[in-house]
Amino acid sequence: MYGNDFTAPDGPRPAPSAGPGDAPPEPASFLAVLAEGGRVEPRDEMPEAYRRTLVRQIAQHAHSEIIGMQPEGNWISRAPSLRRKGILMAKVQDEAGHGLYLYAAAETLGVDRADLLDQLHDGRQKYSSIFNYPTLTWADMGAIGWLVDGAAIVNQVPLCRCSFGPYARAMVRVCKEESFHQRQGFEILHTLSHGTPAQKAMAQDAVDRYWWPSLMMFGPPDDDSPNSAKSMAWGIKRFSNDELRQRFIDMTVPQAEVLGLTLPDPDLRWNEERGHYDHGPIDFTELFEVIKGNGPCNKERMAHRVRAHEDGAWVRGAAAAYAAKHEQEHVA
Amino acid sequence: MSTPRPSSSPPLRSSDEQARRDPALTGSHVDYVLGLADDALVSAQRMGWWISRAPQLEEDLALANIGLDLLGQARSLLSHAGEIEGAGRDEDDLAYWRDERDFRNVKLVERPQEDFGVAMARLLVLSTWQSELYAALQRSTDPTLAAIAAKAAKEVAYHHDHARQWVLRLGDGTEESHARMQAALDAEWPWVEELFDESHLDPALVADGVAVAPSSLREPVLRRLEDVVRAATLAVPDVPPRVPGGRAGLHTEHLGRMLAEMQHLTRSHPGATW
Repeated sequence: MYGNDFTAPDGPRPAPSAGPGDAPPEPASFLAVLAEGGRVEPRDEMPEAYRRTLVRQIAQHAHSEIIGMQPEGNWISRAPSLRRKGILMAKVQDEAGHGLYLYAAAETLGVDRADLLDQLHDGRQKYSSIFNYPTLTWADMGAIGWLVDGAAIVNQVPLCRCSFGPYARAMVRVCKEESFHQRQGFEILHTLSHGTPAQKAMAQDAVDRYWWPSLMMFGPPDDDSPNSAKSMAWGIKRFSNDELRQRFIDMTVPQAEVLGLTLPDPDLRWNEERGHYDHGPIDFTELFEVIKGNGPCNKERMAHRVRAHEDGAWVRGAAAAYAAKHEQEHVA
Repeated sequence: MSTPRPSSSPPLRSSDEQARRDPALTGSHVDYVLGLADDALVSAQRMGWWISRAPQLEEDLALANIGLDLLGQARSLLSHAGEIEGAGRDEDDLAYWRDERDFRNVKLVERPQEDFGVAMARLLVLSTWQSELYAALQRSTDPTLAAIAAKAAKEVAYHHDHARQWVLRLGDGTEESHARMQAALDAEWPWVEELFDESHLDPALVADGVAVAPSSLREPVLRRLEDVVRAATLAVPDVPPRVPGGRAGLHTEHLGRMLAEMQHLTRSHPGATW
């Protein structure tokens, strides 16, 4: 989910799942684990389509963590106090760590991290749409922590109970750190909104720019989300896109009030009957454009990532050659 | 620079005693601590550039980790410098509201390091020097400085190990990495000598046991550096040293741009808290 496990309506669909008629039967042991609400482990039997779906989702989640280092990395050199600089560096470091956990989880499914990275670099695999938005002011560090990490947590907490053990366990660790980041983001915005008029305006502007893209992180509406049903049956997904989005909105609106900031949706109001906040329509054409590669920073993010990988090739080559040489010495 | 005090002066132990002493010596004490703080701060800023740009994910983590350690050292040292100065300046006043002529770091750390070999060559030099320096500074008669040094020494040992491992891998890796590592060492070596320059240090600080004489670190640092370079199958560069001056606020043209970037937001909002 966090890794955009959804595509634009006219884009290429992820590996089409076979229709119920021609799919090979799912192993009895696998169905038994699901029925008991247990965990599928790497050595267990599992349907090939389950394995492929998880590889795609976990890899894209991992890719999101490492691409997500860029928009925040953009402000490390300019953080306005040494304390904030340290917090931001630690946060981006955590994201690299989350990428490592997630690649390790994906590798338990029989794929190789280097191959997954190649697939990111040549565009065969995606990362979260949200990281294609630019970070234009310091307040964006607050908005990303509060809204983007907040949305990620709502998406990821149910994944702590996902049917695939290694993914679920990685998510437990990731969610602990994400909650901390979300509070830090809230604190940045709180300080700004209680600071000078210019700081408050900066905070409001960041929230205005990040609100709708954060809501889009939950994916298309349920009636346009073709992969959801299978993911729910398999215990990978526990709640629908719209349910999670509603949960996020209900959680966030009161926090905005504490911050003294407004959310840029004139239709946002409490619905006593439903027990939820109603919100205005979301323009998903923007999401689909971003997914197709036409967002504000898609090209820059990929170019940055590919450049780092290519510039580092000689270093990785040297490390491999050194290791091989010294292994031979041990053998001899 | 203040007049050197006779070496028979008793060691200064408490901040009360420091406050009563010769104001010129207090000034050079502040400058000394600022020099070490600025080395760490400017290094941290350069290291931060690598986050999201490292050759592999593990290295993004390691370089962020090292950058954070250096930033932490800078914060402790800047806060301490502000306390000794007694003018009410805190770590952020000192980091964000001084211009390049007031920065006291060595020129080694301020130049861009956008090649991984250069970054590792520089980290090897810096961490070797810092480990010798902090080992000695743990015995400083300035108790706060001694405590900061004791904490930093542990971190710097990790940085040194990391840099040493990479210099070995790159030097003794492929033909290309060997050539690039050698070029990186050749580029860094002229800036090493400034670490031992004491023309801008008040000798009374050394006599009082506050500061470590930079020249006393020269032999152990160079010996350790040369051991790593040879183990990495590389040659110790034979290049003339560059002119020192960073400790007196005479920098390369790179520092001004770095500070413009680092300080811009803070300076655009005077009086704001973040």
